[in-house]
Amino acid sequence: MKTRGALVVGVAVIGLGVLLGGLRVNPYVYFAGYVVLQYVVIATAWNVLGGYAGYVNFGTPAFFALGAYTSIFLIEAFKAPLPVLIVCGGLVAALLGLGIGYLTLRLKGVFFSIATFALSVVLQTLIINWEYVGGAKGYTLIRPPAPFFRSWGVLLFTLMVVLAVVTVLVARTIERSWIGRGLAALRDNEEAAECMGVPTLRLKLFATTLSGFFLGVAGAPFPYYVTYVEPSSAFDLNYAVNALAMPMIGGTTTWLGPVIGAVLLGTAQQVATVTISSELNLLIVGVVLVLFVVLAPEGITGLVRRLRRR
Amino acid sequence: MFTWDLLANAVVAGILLGGFYAAVSLGVSLTFGLLDVVNIAHPAFVILGAYAAYVMNSSFGLDPILTGVLFTPLFYALGAGVYRIYYSSFERRGEESLRGLVFFFGLLFIIEVALSLKYGVDYRLVEAAYIGKSIDLGGVGIAFRLLVPCVVGLLMTLALSLFLSRTFYGRAVMGVSQDQVALRLMGANPVRIKTIAFGIGIAAASLSGALLITISPVVPSTDRDYIGRVFAITVLGGLGSVGGTLVASIILGVAESLMATLFGPSWSLAVSFGILLLALAVRPAGLFGR
Amino acid sequence: MNGFRTLLGWALVGAVAGTLALAGADVFVARAADPIKIGLGMALTGGLSANGKPALMAIQIWKDDVNKKGGLLGRPVELIAYDDQTNPATVPGIYTKLLEVDKVDFVVSGYGTNLIAPLMPIAMERKLTIMGILGLANNEKYKYPSYFQIQPSGPDPEANWATGFFEIAARQNPKPQTIALVGADAEYPRHAIAGARELVKKFGFKTVYDKSYPPSTVDYTPIARAIKAVSPDIVFVASYPPDSVGMVRASAEIGLQPKIFGGGMVGLQFTTVMTSLGPMLNGIVNYDFWAPESTMMFPGIKEFFAEYQKRAKEAGVDPLGYYLPPYAYSAVQILGLAIEGGKSLDQQKVADYIRSNEFSTIVGKVRFGPNGEWAKSRVLQVQYQGIKGTDVEQFRVPGKKVVLYPEEFKSGTVIYPYSAAQK
Repeated sequence: MKTRGALVVGVAVIGLGVLLGGLRVNPYVYFAGYVVLQYVVIATAWNVLGGYAGYVNFGTPAFFALGAYTSIFLIEAFKAPLPVLIVCGGLVAALLGLGIGYLTLRLKGVFFSIATFALSVVLQTLIINWEYVGGAKGYTLIRPPAPFFRSWGVLLFTLMVVLAVVTVLVARTIERSWIGRGLAALRDNEEAAECMGVPTLRLKLFATTLSGFFLGVAGAPFPYYVTYVEPSSAFDLNYAVNALAMPMIGGTTTWLGPVIGAVLLGTAQQVATVTISSELNLLIVGVVLVLFVVLAPEGITGLVRRLRRR
Repeated sequence: MFTWDLLANAVVAGILLGGFYAAVSLGVSLTFGLLDVVNIAHPAFVILGAYAAYVMNSSFGLDPILTGVLFTPLFYALGAGVYRIYYSSFERRGEESLRGLVFFFGLLFIIEVALSLKYGVDYRLVEAAYIGKSIDLGGVGIAFRLLVPCVVGLLMTLALSLFLSRTFYGRAVMGVSQDQVALRLMGANPVRIKTIAFGIGIAAASLSGALLITISPVVPSTDRDYIGRVFAITVLGGLGSVGGTLVASIILGVAESLMATLFGPSWSLAVSFGILLLALAVRPAGLFGR
Repeated sequence: MNGFRTLLGWALVGAVAGTLALAGADVFVARAADPIKIGLGMALTGGLSANGKPALMAIQIWKDDVNKKGGLLGRPVELIAYDDQTNPATVPGIYTKLLEVDKVDFVVSGYGTNLIAPLMPIAMERKLTIMGILGLANNEKYKYPSYFQIQPSGPDPEANWATGFFEIAARQNPKPQTIALVGADAEYPRHAIAGARELVKKFGFKTVYDKSYPPSTVDYTPIARAIKAVSPDIVFVASYPPDSVGMVRASAEIGLQPKIFGGGMVGLQFTTVMTSLGPMLNGIVNYDFWAPESTMMFPGIKEFFAEYQKRAKEAGVDPLGYYLPPYAYSAVQILGLAIEGGKSLDQQKVADYIRSNEFSTIVGKVRFGPNGEWAKSRVLQVQYQGIKGTDVEQFRVPGKKVVLYPEEFKSGTVIYPYSAAQK
């Protein structure tokens, strides 16, 4: 599929999203859809670093929350509009991404993962003690009536469709460019890649920054979605687990994997929340994870590829 | 407000806490440090051990730490079983790192949910004669609730380092992490050695769970508070160094305690992780890394 | 690349189908004999589930009670509850599902300030009546007229919360002078400490320690010791269950002996915590909502506890249920009374009825003020007295949790100083 084809598909998906927003379907679709699409963005963004470059980021909540709290800060300080929030949320998280990029100079493998986890704890403590954005008490956002759309549900849903499409298209473009090949080379063997003249540091910095950017973007509209943000839910461990699990289930080597994983696991979780109201929800995540990594180690895309080859 | 008395007390409290942290981290030091198995579900096994202690304590009035010791064989077997699954699903195929991680994440959730389905989500505590009592040594108060776990933690550290340095299997475990081929030539089966080591790691987790519930109340999701701490300690101490793990535990314990006593506890956790980040940036192999 | 295109196609179809499937079939026409549906999200897993489960059980008891008497307006009541996992991010989805797919007639909030907050704008956009189950100052920013909070915090939730504690302290002779404030870095403790700071000024105490700690702290002895070093007369603690236990134990171990200790500790009200701490509780003065004292025996509460304790035993949740369950029951009881009283299911009419009437519930007479809080604060201050051993039965009888405040519910006298109650 050529890039133009992908663009056409992307525009078509956005069109479909807008159409769905225009149709008077049940408003619950928008809320559930928002969450699933948010995970598409998160999983795809995580995968740019985790899947393509092989650096496992445990600090997803830090980036997500940074996006959300950048929004809160800008709303509180300047009453900034939503598009500004998204760009700024992404940029601030991208800066943090650049920071962890330099960590990769010294830290590989699990060490890197643990450092990102530690980063998340430190950042959470900072936010807890920063009263301006609500601190430990949390921040309540009073939403004005939704501009241009008939409700916030539709607006946020449409926005997330656009963000998800953009993120996926960017990830796909990277995957197919020399950058993607370079990242794959350093994932397989960093020293060898370095020797072959792959600019590993620059590539890694690029990957961490871009991944951070989109994770921040995913978090930026969050205050408008929940209207109440407090540190322990913004830094929820679930984001770290889902960011890791969704690409693993879908397959980490292609852009399609995280999308499939996020849609499947995200939808399953949404359905489970409103059908089986108990611990079973978490249990499903656990069992699905274990079953998948044991039985379909390449994820769904890998499984399909293997079946087709037969 | 600062007094020398306060400082002495803070340091002692930190050391006591460090001894307990060492107990919780030892298993990870073994499985992650020496076997390269990223068992992120380790804290979940700790909580499982804590619930074992709770159940025996509330139904039979058994001492939590005695329960912890009595249950070690069972957890050893559990650990060995988990490793077998892990080995046949990941290690043998050579795809352990990332997928293994997800596997253990899944395991963590399963244990958490299983516990809350069986025992509910109330805070669980144990009763023992020494809880709530303390002694005073020259102005330094020592709570038995923290002293006992610390002593047990130190004993566990000692036992593990003796095992690793003095016994055949222990040396074989050290060998596994360094040179598997040489180990095979010696006639030892690496998989078997690793199974033993992993079993010991989980047994240590269960015993430290008994210590945990002696110190503070436990719910099934308490494990999440320990994921960061445990791996921070192991990395800070230097992978696979049992002594290093103890030192790192005490550093973290004392740092937390000093912060809490002298500057206000609000930042104590961030300081611990700040130390870790700094240590990683300066010396990625940890304090006593191999 | 053809394979990819096919895959992409399928993925898209899957995505759209998945989203549409979520919408579900919701073609539903209400008829007279159809049940009145009440929907809520409740913390059945996660941090607050130890309380969320008993709360849901209490609401189910109310439903059964009402249906036994023939329902509301001649229609049976049906409950629809989902698990919010103690995660505010699930709340918008859950309530939209309840309102748009399940077509519930009324919503009740989940348990806790954090879970009520995301519900507020959803309810306001649709002009719904909301019954809140234990949230602190949720309506402060919104000032939404159809919000009602069953927690008896009173018209000024932050300041009223600890008023009793401070009044008791100020009344003692000799009057205590210095105070230490300590609390967890979390939503409720921050509110409680903020309120306490105001009260410190009002009552003219001197603050000698004012710090907070992260909720995941393992060892509380360093904190207790730092407080002991400044030897305050009063120690006010605002904490969640694990740190409440940690603070009580650490204080006992290092001999932190202020003249009055406690205030805003969540968790001491829970049965498992009470039975584990046992005599260590003696002397602590702490907020509470209900205690088995003669002054608190409101009509219907005995029957409620009989039923609750029977069910709790089977379900393995808090065996006594003195803290949250009667209030969760009362919240829906008020809703039911208002529906019957106003003879309407109209949100506005129900809200008007609740606002302008006094209700006789199992937690006593309730009247709401303009901001939806109780018109008059009824946060109790109780003192644990004469607790021996760790037997659960002793907590069923009066005299163990003596009500000291407010005056009209007083059931005993304070033992002062703290150390005198520990003998």
